[in-house]
Amino acid sequence: MVESKQQWKAWLYLAPAIVLLLIFTVWPIINTVRMAFLEDYSIAIASGGETSFRVSLGNFVKVAQYQDFLICLKNTVLLCVITVPVSTLLALLVAVALNAIKPLRRTLQTIFFLPYVTNSIAIGMVFAAMFNIVGSVGTRRPLIQTVGIINNVIQFFGGNYVNWINNGSSYWANMFVLIVYIVWNALPFKILILLGGLQSINKQYYEAAKVDSTPRWRVLWRITVPLLSPMIAYVVITGFIGGFKEYTSIVGIFGESLGPAHAPGRLNTMVGFIYEALEQHHQGRASAAALILFAIILVVTLINLQVSKKRVHY
Amino acid sequence: MSQQTIKVMQSRDLKRTTNKQTAGHAIGTVGIYIFLCIMALIVLFPFYWMVISSLKSLTEYRLSKPTFWPQTLLLSNYRDAFTTASLGRLFLNTAYVGIVSTLLSLVVTIITAFAFARLEFKGKNLLFAGLLATMMIPGELFTITNYLTVSSFGWINTFTALIVPFLVSVFYIYLLRQNFLQIPNELYLAAKVDGTSDWKYLWKVMVPLALPTLISITILKMMGAWNSYIWPRLVANDEAHRMVTNGLRNAFKDTSGEVNYPVQMAAVALVSAPLFMVFIFLRKYIMAGVSRSGIKG
Repeated sequence: MVESKQQWKAWLYLAPAIVLLLIFTVWPIINTVRMAFLEDYSIAIASGGETSFRVSLGNFVKVAQYQDFLICLKNTVLLCVITVPVSTLLALLVAVALNAIKPLRRTLQTIFFLPYVTNSIAIGMVFAAMFNIVGSVGTRRPLIQTVGIINNVIQFFGGNYVNWINNGSSYWANMFVLIVYIVWNALPFKILILLGGLQSINKQYYEAAKVDSTPRWRVLWRITVPLLSPMIAYVVITGFIGGFKEYTSIVGIFGESLGPAHAPGRLNTMVGFIYEALEQHHQGRASAAALILFAIILVVTLINLQVSKKRVHY
Repeated sequence: MSQQTIKVMQSRDLKRTTNKQTAGHAIGTVGIYIFLCIMALIVLFPFYWMVISSLKSLTEYRLSKPTFWPQTLLLSNYRDAFTTASLGRLFLNTAYVGIVSTLLSLVVTIITAFAFARLEFKGKNLLFAGLLATMMIPGELFTITNYLTVSSFGWINTFTALIVPFLVSVFYIYLLRQNFLQIPNELYLAAKVDGTSDWKYLWKVMVPLALPTLISITILKMMGAWNSYIWPRLVANDEAHRMVTNGLRNAFKDTSGEVNYPVQMAAVALVSAPLFMVFIFLRKYIMAGVSRSGIKG
C-alpha cells in the first residue's frame, strides 16, 4: 500500500516534465523522421487535406543534389576542420602558460573567459566593424573613408589593405574573418576545461622532470599532453559538435544575407539551410537536412571517440 | 685529492648547473608572460574597439588614420542607439521572458530532479537513461516540429512560444539530480522520522543545500534568453515580442559598406553590458556551471 502510494507520488512530481518532454522532445523526434521520409512534405499542403505523400528517400536525394546544400556543407566542414584544431592548440598553449605562472593568473584567467559571456550576434558586429572598409568599395569609382582598424594595422606594417567583407571580397577573405571570430569565441570554454584538467595533474610528474632537467617543450609534449588527453579529446569532440551547428557567428558578421553584398548566401551553413527550408515551408526538406546533420555529428563524434580511445592515456 | 676537495668541487658544479637552469627558467617565464599578454590583448581588443568607437563622432570614426582614444566623448551615440533600436522595449521583453522562463524552469527542474534522486518508482533508471539519450540530438531537429506545434497552438507572436518549449532542460535535471544525490540519505530518513513530508523536505532542506547549482542554472538560463536568436526570430518576430538579439540585428542590418558605426557600437555595448555585469558579480557560478556543461547559453 505504502509502496504504491510512493509510485503514484513520484509520477505526480514527474508529470510536468513528462508532459512537456512528450510534446516538445519526443513528438518532434518522431515527427521529424516521419516528415523526412515523406517526399516533398509540406505542412501547407498537408493541412489542405492532401495526404498522398509518397514514402521514400526522395527528400534526402533532393537535399544531397541541391546546390545550396552542398555549399552549406562545404562551408560547415571547412569551418570545423580549421577552427577546431586552431582553437584547441591555442587554448592548450594559453592553459599551459597560465598554469605555469602564479602572479596575475586569476586576472588573466578572467580576461580569457570574457569572450564567453558575450552575445555572438553583437560581438560579430564588432568584428565586422574592425574588418569593414567604410566607403564604397567594389564600385567603379571607390571612395574609401577608412579601411578599418585591421587594415590600418596591416598598412602600419607596410602591407596593402585587404577587402575582407565588403562588396567584391574574396571567399577566403570572408572565411578568414569567420575563422578569426569563431576561434576567438571558442577559446574561453576550451581554456577553462584544459586549465581545470592541468590543475588536477599530479605534481610528482613535473618534479621528476625537473630532477632530470628536461626542457620545457619536452615536458609539455611528453608529460602534459598525454596526461591531459582526456580533456583534449573532450574539447575537440564538443568543438566539432558546436562547429557543425555554426550559424549565428555568420549572421553576426554578415547579417541575414549570409555573405558579402555581391554574393549573398555564400557563407550559409547546414543549420542556416535547415532554417531557410523551414521558413519556405519545405518541412520535408528541412527534416531530411536535420537528420543528415544529426548523422554527420554522430559519425564525427564516433570517429573522435575511436581515435581518442587509441590516443588517450589515462 | 682529498675527499673534501672532491665534495666541494661537486657542490660547485651542481650549483653552476642549477644557476644555469634558473636563468633559463627566468627567460622562459618572461616568455610565458609575453605570450599571455599578447593573447590577452587580442582577446580584449574587440571590447576596447567597441567602447571607443561608440564614443566617437561619425567624422572621427571615418578618419583615415584611426584614433585610439576619442577626441571628444560623444555620449549622445548611446541615446541615439537606444531610440534607433528601441532598446528599452527589447530589454523589457527579454527580461520578462528570461525571468518567467527561469522561474518556471527552476520549479520543473527541482521537482523532476527530486523524483529521480529521492523517490522510488518502476522504470526510474530506464526513464533517466532515455532522458539523457535525448541530449545527443541537435536542437535543430526539434525546432522544425516545435515550430509547427507552436503555430498549431496559436502561439505565434506570443511570449508563451518563447517560454514553454524550453522549460524542461534534461541537462539541468541531470546537474541538479547529481547534486541532490550528494546530500546524505540520513538527513532524509531523519526528516521522515520527524514526520516531515517529502514536499517540505525538498524545499526546506534540499533546495537550500543545492543553492550553488541552482544559481548556476539561473545564470545560464538567463544568458540563454539574452543570447537566443534563431527560435525568437522564427516564432515571435513582431514589434511587441521581439527579443534583444534579434532586435539588434534588425535595427542595424548593414554590416559592411557605409555604416554609422558609432551608434551601432553603442547599441552593441548596451546589449553586452548586462552580461558583463552578471559576469563580474557572479563569475564563480558561471565558470562552475560552464565547466560542467559545454553548452553555450
